[in-house]
Amino acid sequence: MTLQTIAPEETLIQSSQKFNLPRLINRLFYWLTVLLAVGVGVILLWITYSLLSIAFPAIAQFNIGFLFTQVWNPVQELYGALPQIYGTIVSSIIALLFAIPLGVGVAIFLSENFLPSKVLTPIAFLVELLAAIPSVVYGMWGIFVFIPFILPLLQLIHQWFGWIPLFSTSPSTRQMFATAMVLAIMILPTIIAISRDALISVPPQLRQGAYGLGATRWEAITQVLVPAALSGIIGSIMLALGRALGETMAAAMLIGNANRVNISLFAPASTISALIANQFGEASGLQRSSLFYLALILMILTLVVNMLAEFIVSRFQQVE
Amino acid sequence: MMNSSTYSDAIDNSAAGHPVIRTENVSIFYGNFQAVRNVFLDIPKNKVVAFIGPSGCGKSTLLRCYNRLNDLIPGARVEGKITYQNIDLYDPKVDPVEVRRRIGMVFQRPNPFPKSIYENIAFGARINGYKGDMDELVERSLRSAALWDEVKDKLKESGLSLSGGQQQRLCIARTVAIEPEVILMDEPCSALDPISTLRVEDLIHDLKQRFTIIIVTHNMQQASRVADYTAFFNAEAGETGSRFGYLVEYDKTEHIFNAPKEKSTQDYVSGRFG
Amino acid sequence: MSSPNQPDLNPGDFASSEINYSVAQGRKVFGNVMTGLVLFCVALALLPLGSILFMLLTNGLSRLFTDFPSVFTELPPPPLVDGGGFRNAIIGTLVTCFIGALISVPFGVLTAIYTVEFGQGNRLSQFVRFCTNVLSGVPSIIAGLFAYGIVVLAMGTFSAIAGGVALSVLMLPIIIRTTEEGLKSIPREVRQGLVGIGATNFQGVFSVILPAALPFVATGVTLALARAAGETAPLLFTALFNQFDARSLREPTATLSVLIYNYAIAPYKNQNELAWAAALIVVLMILSVSILARTLTSRKVY
Repeated sequence: MTLQTIAPEETLIQSSQKFNLPRLINRLFYWLTVLLAVGVGVILLWITYSLLSIAFPAIAQFNIGFLFTQVWNPVQELYGALPQIYGTIVSSIIALLFAIPLGVGVAIFLSENFLPSKVLTPIAFLVELLAAIPSVVYGMWGIFVFIPFILPLLQLIHQWFGWIPLFSTSPSTRQMFATAMVLAIMILPTIIAISRDALISVPPQLRQGAYGLGATRWEAITQVLVPAALSGIIGSIMLALGRALGETMAAAMLIGNANRVNISLFAPASTISALIANQFGEASGLQRSSLFYLALILMILTLVVNMLAEFIVSRFQQVE
Repeated sequence: MMNSSTYSDAIDNSAAGHPVIRTENVSIFYGNFQAVRNVFLDIPKNKVVAFIGPSGCGKSTLLRCYNRLNDLIPGARVEGKITYQNIDLYDPKVDPVEVRRRIGMVFQRPNPFPKSIYENIAFGARINGYKGDMDELVERSLRSAALWDEVKDKLKESGLSLSGGQQQRLCIARTVAIEPEVILMDEPCSALDPISTLRVEDLIHDLKQRFTIIIVTHNMQQASRVADYTAFFNAEAGETGSRFGYLVEYDKTEHIFNAPKEKSTQDYVSGRFG
Repeated sequence: MSSPNQPDLNPGDFASSEINYSVAQGRKVFGNVMTGLVLFCVALALLPLGSILFMLLTNGLSRLFTDFPSVFTELPPPPLVDGGGFRNAIIGTLVTCFIGALISVPFGVLTAIYTVEFGQGNRLSQFVRFCTNVLSGVPSIIAGLFAYGIVVLAMGTFSAIAGGVALSVLMLPIIIRTTEEGLKSIPREVRQGLVGIGATNFQGVFSVILPAALPFVATGVTLALARAAGETAPLLFTALFNQFDARSLREPTATLSVLIYNYAIAPYKNQNELAWAAALIVVLMILSVSILARTLTSRKVY
């Protein structure tokens, strides 16, 4: 009994040319995967295009001035997004100011053997859990727990440092500063996970070399390990920044949606995504178009930040 | 430097008739790097041909051209002509999958599929269009790989649960099951212990009745034990300084080991190499 | 430099070793301070988590226990009405996530098969990697606006389908990455073996490689589902919300996350309580799915 497909008298070319279902399926399958692989790029373009096409009336109407005006008036159909752009960037930067030291500290802790791995593993798990909690739950926690808790503290800061413009208004229950702190908690897992990977992947010879020169553990960490892992850490910070810029729910629930720039961090503010979340439901016409214009700005902002992060992280992977 | 003329006598003397595979002036490149240069070599039917030589002499690289496995390596390129039953293997009309159905391969490290022992054999036969009695085929293939007695009670267990030697024989059984005409073996025993090695060598002897076998080996004793013909390859630095492999001598195995024509062959087979 | 316990010491040695001693003390203090700081960081990072979990358990559990079956079986209450549940939102979350998976799983798995099995680092697979990374950084609200633009406007109504499309955009990069990881974990020898027996790529991928990589794919799917289950922003303008059961996929659909949002910012205590209960359910769903993902990964073949 021989295999049917391989008749000995048939030459290779004959059997290659003969119709063969597996070969046809394979070819179709190949082109299907190519199609879908290209499709991933198409989706990105499609997203950009669909934002652009709906945003177009607003872009035509307000042009680049949209970015620099402080007005959001559906009645007169006048829109400008300066408060939102300002709020998005400032809240993200404040969030980073909190999250960087905290995140890098935890990353160092998790990459070193300060404690036996029996204790480290559950802590690493808990940090991952931090990433699993949905942003809307963070927002709710902010409303009911965090802001009531932090407000007296901010009140104190206002009393003592009220002469500094940043703290010049009495802390409001919906405000930029507390929102940024919640954002900081939300982006913490990103910084921790990637910084930790970067620290762990530093070649052990570097550490041994530092110890060989008589460095203490902390001298080795601060002068050898962290500098060696720096591009990974910076990449993690950029990715976290990307997350903070795009974060919607916590901002929408906590920041207070004030349509003007207020230099005081304790005053209500707004972000791009918060404004979209809050206004989109009732918006139509030029207002909706303006919201898409805003979304386009957010898309470009996060795209630039993420691509920069990608570039930095990929450089650290090459070194590795 | 080239000794392409020394091989031809050997084949003309053989009673094998027309060679199954002809290698005519084949050079193999990886990008700009030339791995193998100007090889002429004919493989007679139902014989065992061994490729021996030091590391980097291109013997495995050449072997992988016979079933177009080098197609999978980006940048790999073959010049010259390799024919199988007078058909150019690299003819654009030839489907490489079709080539591999006729020219099977056993690899250096045993690589059973993560499936049951039974499925490891049935899978290849099924995708090659076998419609007969599968149980019978599995048993026959396992018997011809001298593995049946060891596994007949655990055909449903994973192929990965076997020992290294058993895994390699399973891979041979898997190849036998698709009934190719030629079986390529790329150092099939290099990952095995001596006892498993002997079993595989015995197996090669048996398989010779039905298949043409080309075996790459580092082990000269193995070549002298199993092969009818032996090709000795060597490596040399080219003009640009990069090393390339070439065929030194190809003859009946006893000639290669007892009365080689080339000095470098003599040095290699007597262990005085390098 | 001689150490203090050497027998032949002269006064100068004492002086220098004393200086060394004080320097070492400074380094030690620095080390201890830094260790303390790092531990403080860990405590500070875990404090919010503890607080959130505590609040979820106290606020959520009490509501779940007092109204045990009704939370799961009743519809959301209007303002100022007591009781009620979120049966429609649970169903809605499951349905939208399922639609998201239905789109993103085949898409992502086949794309990963291209990049690993066919592309092998060529230009297109590098391009796909780049796009995947960019896509995973797209803010979730933009995924929502995208689905609004292409589904809601086209269908003329908010719907579970639109919600699923929005979620699929967010799930896709996760599935592509984990599937790629899984395919790459299959040893090269197995691929060679497949080629060696004359299997086409399609036969090899579907009968051997993908089954062996399945734990990774399953992990990717569960991780993506965990992400999708908690997402709110992409659903706000796609699935929207529905006070009642959605009778078809072409109707506005309630989801747990949007219910949490709506009821957390509402000024009514009953709705706030329901939001906490729903949050507890969502977090439990995400947790159990994530733990499932972990156990799946540990069952890998290679």
